[in-house]
Amino acid sequence: MNNFPILTALVLVPAAGALVVALMSKRHPDIVKLAGVGFSVVTGALSIWVLGKFHTGGDGSFQLVSQHSWIKQWGIGWHLGIDGISLFLVVLTGILFPIALLGSDSHHDIKPYTAWILLLEAGVMGSFLSLDLFLFFVFFEIVLVPMYFLIGGWGYDKRVYAALKFFIYTMLGSAFMLVGILTTVFLAKAQLGHITFDLVELQKASFAVSTGRWLFLAFAIAFAVKVPIFPFHTWLPDAHTQAPTAGSVLLAGVMLKLGTYGLLRFSFGLFPEATRYFRPLFLTLGVIGILYGAIVATMQKDLKRVVAYSSVAHMGFIVLGAFAFTGQAVSGSVLQMINHGVSTGALFLLVGMISERRHTREISQLKGLQSVAPIFAGVFTLVMLSSIGVPGLNGFVGEFMILIGTFLTARWWTVVAAAGVILAALYLLWAYQRVFHGQPDEANKTFSELKLKEALVLAPLLGIIVFTGVYPKPMLDRIQPAVNKLVQHVDYPQPQSPIAAAEGGQ
Amino acid sequence: MISAAWLIPAFPLLGFLLILVFGRRLGDPKAGYLASTMIGAAFVVTVGVFFDLLSKTAEQREHIVKVWSWIPVNGLGYNLHVDLAFLVDPLSITMCLFVTGIGTLIHLYSIGYMHGDPRFSKFFLYLNLFALSMIVLVLGSNLLVTFLGWEGVGTCSYLLISFWHERESAATAGKKAFVTNRVGDWGFMMAMFFAFHATGSLNYHEIISAATSGKMSQSTATAIAMFLFVGACGKSAQLPLYIWLPDAMEGPTPVSALIHAATMVTAGVFLLVRMSPVLDIASHWGPTLIAYIGAATALFAATIAAAQNDIKKVLAYSTVSQLGYMFLAIGSGAYTAAIFHMVTHAFFKALLFLGSGSVIEGMHHEQDMRKMGALRKLMPVTAITFIIGWLAIAGVPPFAGFWSKDDILLAAWQTNKFLWAVGLFTALLTAYYMTRQVMMVFFGKARWHDAHEEHGAHGDFVPHESPKIMLLPLVALGGLAIVGGVINLPFSHNTEKLTTWLEPVIGRPFESTGPKIVLAVVAVVIGLIGIAGGVLVYNRHKAPAIEPEILARGWYYDWAVTRFMGGPGRESFEATAWFDANVIDGAVNGVATLVRATGGEVRKTESGRVRTYALGIGVGVVVLLGWFLVRGLM
Repeated sequence: MNNFPILTALVLVPAAGALVVALMSKRHPDIVKLAGVGFSVVTGALSIWVLGKFHTGGDGSFQLVSQHSWIKQWGIGWHLGIDGISLFLVVLTGILFPIALLGSDSHHDIKPYTAWILLLEAGVMGSFLSLDLFLFFVFFEIVLVPMYFLIGGWGYDKRVYAALKFFIYTMLGSAFMLVGILTTVFLAKAQLGHITFDLVELQKASFAVSTGRWLFLAFAIAFAVKVPIFPFHTWLPDAHTQAPTAGSVLLAGVMLKLGTYGLLRFSFGLFPEATRYFRPLFLTLGVIGILYGAIVATMQKDLKRVVAYSSVAHMGFIVLGAFAFTGQAVSGSVLQMINHGVSTGALFLLVGMISERRHTREISQLKGLQSVAPIFAGVFTLVMLSSIGVPGLNGFVGEFMILIGTFLTARWWTVVAAAGVILAALYLLWAYQRVFHGQPDEANKTFSELKLKEALVLAPLLGIIVFTGVYPKPMLDRIQPAVNKLVQHVDYPQPQSPIAAAEGGQ
Repeated sequence: MISAAWLIPAFPLLGFLLILVFGRRLGDPKAGYLASTMIGAAFVVTVGVFFDLLSKTAEQREHIVKVWSWIPVNGLGYNLHVDLAFLVDPLSITMCLFVTGIGTLIHLYSIGYMHGDPRFSKFFLYLNLFALSMIVLVLGSNLLVTFLGWEGVGTCSYLLISFWHERESAATAGKKAFVTNRVGDWGFMMAMFFAFHATGSLNYHEIISAATSGKMSQSTATAIAMFLFVGACGKSAQLPLYIWLPDAMEGPTPVSALIHAATMVTAGVFLLVRMSPVLDIASHWGPTLIAYIGAATALFAATIAAAQNDIKKVLAYSTVSQLGYMFLAIGSGAYTAAIFHMVTHAFFKALLFLGSGSVIEGMHHEQDMRKMGALRKLMPVTAITFIIGWLAIAGVPPFAGFWSKDDILLAAWQTNKFLWAVGLFTALLTAYYMTRQVMMVFFGKARWHDAHEEHGAHGDFVPHESPKIMLLPLVALGGLAIVGGVINLPFSHNTEKLTTWLEPVIGRPFESTGPKIVLAVVAVVIGLIGIAGGVLVYNRHKAPAIEPEILARGWYYDWAVTRFMGGPGRESFEATAWFDANVIDGAVNGVATLVRATGGEVRKTESGRVRTYALGIGVGVVVLLGWFLVRGLM
């Protein structure tokens, strides 16, 4: 089995699943669902297999590479590979899709719903694995389509508006990237002597300073919308609020990471000089996102919007860490992408369960749920504490690494950003108090306790939350080599540890 | 035995896990016995480790017990290596001894106090989690493990303050405690970042050797010390962050005794003593500021305590005030005195809180002292032990509080006479407000006859003494409050056991040169005047009580903060949310509208439905891919 093209399978299995489900009869919804879950579970198992095969240590280069030339005359290839930066994103995708399918209910038209979700999974997997710009762009765009239909077809009241906004906004960002990709490829042709879309090849080309900066911006706009980075974030609360539960879980859990992942892989990878040049801008936008997202989250009246704006704040941390250019901060960003996916994914699942029971997400309509559903409240508390960043749980490890690493190269940004931890406690605990504390009124008295099926769906996420919090070492060991390679590539002057200097490191 | 130090946190962890799984089945009172056994076992291990350390020479009393590598991240310049490791040394074991010792007594007491509560087992679940976090805090071998415990105790404090979460006030108090503490946590994190930047490590050992060897610059040391002090102000309820502690009294009384008097709130003091070598090389203004804030808090809180009618609120403000003394000691460089007072304070304040809990139980959940009086006959054990606590905090020799407070005042005298005077006046107030409390609760006329209907009691309402399981901890703590001073008697070098014991850990030892005996006599006289004043006003009624509204309302500080947060603070948040919805999102939608308007002509040729576009893109991509696939294969 050593030559099994496992990364290719990660993309093709869900894609085939989408096709199979689309061809099934809609008269047997149970079988449709079973098939959907089956394909996503197989994909998840494959992603775990990748984790097992991944070689820890080394120089941080791509592993399990699958490379086939495809359209020779244009230099386009089927080039997939995985490194420490994408590894856990792939695993997260593998785990989160079956959970999203199992943990939510489509209510109607389960067949197209399941097919769209599987197509989405193929697109996300492809985006995380592609090492060819053309291939990446195709997957990056494919992702939009199923998400548009999921929001528009299975969402809440204002779903059409939200889906449209989501689609046009991200599409517009991508247009810049398409221009960027084509320009990059043609400019590189002059240096490399042949046309190629291959990322690894293109990294060998160097661009004139101002050209590189323009190209960087073209890519960065697409990714900034996706992350989203302030002020390009307003599509997110609308999309999140209106999307069905599975849509919100996957949107926050994996799709936003396409933006931060794209920045690290493509913007950093292709334009290191411009990355350094725009560093202050992105550090500042990251810090603004942290504080601004938290402040706006505090004042939301809809529980889902609170979680949505909390994503803006969390993604701000990830952007901050990425542009700090130290091993600790960038590793922290990569880890925090996973942590945010797990915690926010779980939060959206829980909010979805509240909404299923009460048919409302208005905070003012909810009250005293802890009295009637203590276990549900306990699970919510654990996830909330993880999102707040309490040590011993996953969120803290990433946040701490980002902050301590950023402090080494961007002290004052860190001083302000760290204040975000105060606000995170404020908006989540306040929302929690209004929803779970107090005496339940008539409408909330019948709120039912966490069901076994719901508990089983949440259990893997809760396990990851605690495990990552107390023992992140296995993850860090795998993330680090690739991150250090990237940091070296960006070539920002590294501060030296006084002790390392004195004792020659350890 | 030292290498088994990991068992100290392991037992409460086991207790937590067992109650998490079996808590409901165990129920009342078995879950309580299980939790008490676990913390008791931790105490036994601690005692073993203590004697093991004692048998070694002073130089050999520092051991690191590594459990696992927690956050290792190699960068290109800096390597971050944080182990989940414990530092076993005289300071951490001193802390562990009283945390687990008093913790065990309070666990036992809680079995009686929480009897009949529908969430009995959950209470002990949180209590064991708290004990675990507190032990991790004091045993941590680096700043981050301490921070793990620091946030852990904060989280447990949140969960336990809002334990009766149906009550709006309890829920609000819990949230307030957590958020206010987070302001302090920000300072703690900053201190960690500065320390890591300067030394490349978060281990106490490395940071302290950088400080003592002169490798750390004065400005870095000052930054670390001051940011740690910000953290300490949050956790240890000092000005201006103390506001959460009086509200924390919404929690069950054993929680107030354990977390909000004896252990958690002293974490800030512990942290600064742990890092004392860094304080020693900081700029002079740093420690001076700590001393001033400590003295100011001590005085400020004592004035408020003198006008409270809630039996627990008096003790809460008293705790804030006593913590102020400890910071006064730290700012004066008398680290041992701070730890000494921390220990004796833990004895007598836990005693007083548990005593107040016993009174509240006996009074059928009445906390207003104006409705009490003459309880000494009906609750003899509670009364006698409470009186012991009173004499200890008032500074009457030979009770525990006298010795430790005296050490602090001596240190203040040597460094700053003005702060000594403030400390002395606070001692007077302390004796006065505690006398007031004792007189109102246990002496004078019984004022609870008229109030029996409020208590829902049928017929004659008679307060009752508490069950034995609650009285036993009172008696034990009463004994400690009497003799606790023996750990550091100032007669000769031989009797100053705590000073000798802690010497290898703390920074510069404090050399006392002041007129010890004269100062002690002055302090005792001042204390007695305070007691006499209290008796005169609240027992003999020879003088009018001075309880102006401004003191009862805590100088309106909390009111002002709440007004600000609810007013301009909230409005600015609202304005930001409005800005987001209207300006930023408005711009996005505005552009879209503009495009649609100008595109009106073109629109006729298009369906105008994104749904169709999307499907088009989807189909297009598939077709394109298929075409490429075919071409590629050929």
